Amino acid sequence: MSKPILIVEDLTVYYYTLKGIVRAVEEASLKAYSSDLVALVGESGSGKSTLGYALLNLVPPPGRIVKGRVIVNGVDVLSLRGDELRKARGSLISMVFQDPFTTLDPVRRVGDQILEVLLEHGVPLEEARERVVEVIRAVGLPERMARAYPHQLSGGQRQRISIAAAIALKPRVLVADEPTTALDVIVQKQIMDLLDDVRKTTGMAIILITHDIALAAERATKIAVMYAGKIVEYGPKDKVIGDPLHPYTKALLKSVPDIESREWPRPIPGTPPDLRKPPSGCRFHPRCPLAMDICKRKSPNIVEVEPHHYVSCWLYEGGEASG
Amino acid sequence: MVEILSKALTRILSTIIPSRVSGRGRALVYAGLAIVLAIVFMAIAAPLLTPYDPTRRAGRSFQPPSWEHPFGTNNLGYDMWARTVYGARTVLIVVFLSIVLSMAMGVPLGLFSGYYGGRIDRALSMLMDAIYAFPSLVLAISLAVALGPSLFNAAIAIAVVYVPTYFRMVRGQVLSIKEELFVEVARALGIPTSRIIFRHILPHLIPTIMVVFSLSAADAVLTEAALSYLGLSVQPPTPDWGYDLYKGKGFVLSGYWWLIFFPGLMITLLATGFALIGEGLSEQIRRERL
Amino acid sequence: MGLLRYIAVRAMLIVPTVLILYTLVFIVLRILPGDPVLAVLGTKNIPPEQLEQIRHNLGLDKPYIVQYFEYLWNVLHGDFGTSMVISGRSITADLLERLPATVELAIAGLIVSLAIGITTGFIAATKRDTKLDLGLRVFGSVTYTLFIPWLGLMFQLIFAVWLRWLPASGRIDPDVGLETVTGFYILDSIITGNMEAFRSALSHMILPALTLGLVLSGPYTRLVRTNLVKALESNYVLAYHARGVRGSRILLHAFRNALIPVVTYAGLQFALLLGGAVLTETTFDWPGIGTYLVEKVSYRDYPAIQAVVIVFAFFVGVISLIVDLIYALLDPRIRY
Repeated sequence: MSKPILIVEDLTVYYYTLKGIVRAVEEASLKAYSSDLVALVGESGSGKSTLGYALLNLVPPPGRIVKGRVIVNGVDVLSLRGDELRKARGSLISMVFQDPFTTLDPVRRVGDQILEVLLEHGVPLEEARERVVEVIRAVGLPERMARAYPHQLSGGQRQRISIAAAIALKPRVLVADEPTTALDVIVQKQIMDLLDDVRKTTGMAIILITHDIALAAERATKIAVMYAGKIVEYGPKDKVIGDPLHPYTKALLKSVPDIESREWPRPIPGTPPDLRKPPSGCRFHPRCPLAMDICKRKSPNIVEVEPHHYVSCWLYEGGEASG
Repeated sequence: MVEILSKALTRILSTIIPSRVSGRGRALVYAGLAIVLAIVFMAIAAPLLTPYDPTRRAGRSFQPPSWEHPFGTNNLGYDMWARTVYGARTVLIVVFLSIVLSMAMGVPLGLFSGYYGGRIDRALSMLMDAIYAFPSLVLAISLAVALGPSLFNAAIAIAVVYVPTYFRMVRGQVLSIKEELFVEVARALGIPTSRIIFRHILPHLIPTIMVVFSLSAADAVLTEAALSYLGLSVQPPTPDWGYDLYKGKGFVLSGYWWLIFFPGLMITLLATGFALIGEGLSEQIRRERL
Repeated sequence: MGLLRYIAVRAMLIVPTVLILYTLVFIVLRILPGDPVLAVLGTKNIPPEQLEQIRHNLGLDKPYIVQYFEYLWNVLHGDFGTSMVISGRSITADLLERLPATVELAIAGLIVSLAIGITTGFIAATKRDTKLDLGLRVFGSVTYTLFIPWLGLMFQLIFAVWLRWLPASGRIDPDVGLETVTGFYILDSIITGNMEAFRSALSHMILPALTLGLVLSGPYTRLVRTNLVKALESNYVLAYHARGVRGSRILLHAFRNALIPVVTYAGLQFALLLGGAVLTETTFDWPGIGTYLVEKVSYRDYPAIQAVVIVFAFFVGVISLIVDLIYALLDPRIRY
C-alpha cells in the first residue's frame, strides 16, 4: 500500500474550564489512506467531534491541543502557525459540519461564499469563478444556485453547498462531523452517496464523525471506536463490525437495533464517565462485564492484534505486549 | 393586596440580600441603591443638612463654592447647596408619584388586555404602541402644557407617557404565562378569573415589574428634569434641579460653572442610580433563568 | 415590482399610528384645556366680543367633531392653521423654516451616536472579557442617563467659555452671510462654495451633535457588542475558519450580520433622538422645531404645539418606513 495521507499520532486535547480540566481526547492515533472513509464512532461526549476539530487545529477555547501530531500529505498541521495554518485549512484539510442551517453565512449568496474560499487561497478571480460553477455541479446542484441565499435552499441543498465550499480546493482530507444528522432519511442517503462519490473520484480521505454505527457499517472502509476520549478499537470495517474485539465495541454493536436478527437491542449498562475525573486505568472498566484487576490500575496500550486491527484492552495485551 | 405586597417585598429582598445573589448583578444593585438612598436621605434630612432656606437670600450673589456655601450662590444670592438638598424632595415626589400612577394604569390594563385578548386587546395595543413609538418628552410637554404647570400635573404627564412601557411588558409576559400548565389547571379547577390573574399570574411578573420600575424611574427623573428645565413643572421659587439648571444656562458665558455643574450632576446621578438598580436586577433575572 | 408593493404596504401602516397620535393630541390640546383662547388670552383684559371673534377666526366655536375633521382635512393639505398668539402667522411656514435645522441636527446626532456606539461595541466585542470591555460597557450604560442639557452646558463651559475652541450656541455666525438654498446650512455652504460659512456651520454643529450623539450612543455599544459576540460564536464563523478564510475577513462578515439588528434599533430609537433634539436645541439655542415648540409652550400657543406633535408623529412613521427598507436591503431573509 502507498503512504497514508493522514497520520494522527498521540493527539491529546484538554478543555481548561473553570470547573477543572476536561480530558476530551487522550493519545488518539489513526491512519488513513487515499480514498479511505474512516468512521469515528462513539456516544455523544466521547470526544469524537473534538478530535475532528483538532485535525484542523481548530479547537475552540478553552480547549487546547496538548500534544500530538496531525500529518496531512507530509505536513504537520499542528506545527503550522498564522497564515500557513489558514492556508492549510481548506486546501489540505477541510471540514463539513453537522447543521447545514447555521454553517452558512445567512446574508451572503452561497456562490460568493464558495468563491471567497478560492480567492482566499490565491486562485485568480477568473479561474475561481469557473471553479465555483464546476464544484456546484459536482455536488449535484444546478449552476444557478450560486446566486441563492442560504434561506432559499433546503437542508440537503445547503449541505451540498457546504460540501462544495469544503472541497472547492480539493483538500486531501475532509472531516465530516455528523453531516447527515440534521437531515431526513432520503436526503441522508443522497449526501452520503455524494461523499462516497467525491472520495472515489478525487482520492480524498474522509473522516466521518458519527454516532450512527449502522451508517458506519454501511459506508466506512475503516472504523475507529471512541470511548471517553480514547480510541479503543480501530481497524478495517469488516473486522471491527464482523469480529469486534473490545468489550465496548461489542456492547455498542448490541445496543443498536438490527432488523435481521431477532434480538432486542441491549443498552450498555452504566453511564459514560465525567471526563474531568476519568476512571483510573482503562476508562471503560466500571461498565465492562469482563473487567479484571489490572483494568482498574493501569491503562492498556493500543496494540495491533492482527494486521491493521488495533485494540486497547488488557484482554489482548496481557501476555505478548510489554504491559 | 397585602399578600402581593409582602410577596413582592420578599422577592425584592431576596434579590438584594447577598445569599444566592451573584457577583456583577449584586454589585450594580448595591451601587445604584447607595446613590438613590443617599439622595432620599438628603431629601428627608434637608433641614439638618443646611441652615439656609432655599428660597431666601443667603449672601452675596454669584459666590463660587466655599465652606460657607459648598455649591456657591446664584444670581439672587440663594444658597445652591440648600436648593440642591431641598430640590431632591421635588424630584423624588414627582418621580414617585408618576411611577406609581403609570404602574397603576399600565399593569392592570396589560394584565386584562393580555389575558382576555380579543378586539379590545388589539385596540389597546395599537394605542399603546402608537404612544410608545412617539418621542415621550414631546408628549409629556404637550400634556403638561394642557394641564398647566404644577408639580402634580408634571407627575400626571410623565405617568401617562410611561403607561405603554408597563402595558407592553406585562401584556407580553401574560401572553406567555397564560399558556402554561399551572394556569390551565387553575382554569380547569374553576378558579375565578380575577383570582387567577392576581394570585397566579401577577406574582410571576413581579421581578420584571421591578426591573421596569427602576428603569422607568431613571427615565422619569430625566423627563421630570426636562419638564422643569422647560418651565413646565413646579413653579419658582420652589427648588427644583431642572429649573435651577435652566437658570444656570443664562450664566454660562460668565463662567459661573457651579450654577450648572451641581444641579445637572444631581439629575444625572439620580437617574444613573435608578438605572443601575434596574440593570443589576435584570442581570439577576437573566442569570436565574439560565 | 415587489419592492414597490412592500413600500406601499409599509406606508399604509403609518396611517393608523399617525391618526391615533393626531386624535390623542386633539383631545389633549383642544378638549383638555377647556377654552384655549381663554386660557391664553383671558388674563389680558380683552373685551369678550373680541375673544369671541378670535374664537370664531380659529374655528373654536364649532362642535369638537367638526373641528376634528376640519383640522384633519387642513393638515392633510399641509395647512396647520395660524398661530393663536401672533395672529395670522402661518404655522406651516414657521415649521418649514425650522425643519431643516432639526433634521440637520438629528442626522448629525445619529451619525455621532452610531460612530461612537459601533466603535465602542466593536472594540468591546473583540476584546471580550478584558478590562477595556468592562470599561466600555460601563460607559455604554452611563451615557444613557446623562441629562442632555447638563452635558451640553458643560461642553459649552469647557469648549466655548474656557478653552474658546468652539462657539457656545447658535447655528451659524450671522456675519458670514450664507445664501440658503435647501435650509441645511452645511449643505448650502458647500453648494454655494462658501468656505467661511461651511467652517462656521460645522463648528456650530460639533457641540450639539456631540451632546446628542454621546447620550444616545450607549444602547448601540451594547447592541453591537452583544450581536457581534453572538455572531463570532456562530457556526458559520467556525465554518469560515475551517475553510481557511482570513480572520479579518471573517470579522467583517460577522460584523455585517451583527449590524442588522442595529438598524432596526436605530429606527426604534428615532423617537428618543427627536426628544433629545428638543432638549439639545433648547440648550444650544438651535433654531429648529424643538426651540419652536418650547417658545410656543411658554405662550401656550395650542395650534402650534399641536402642529409640532403631528409633524413629529409623521417623522416617526416615515423613519420607521425607511428603516424597514434599509433592513430589507441588508438582510436577504426579508422578502417583500
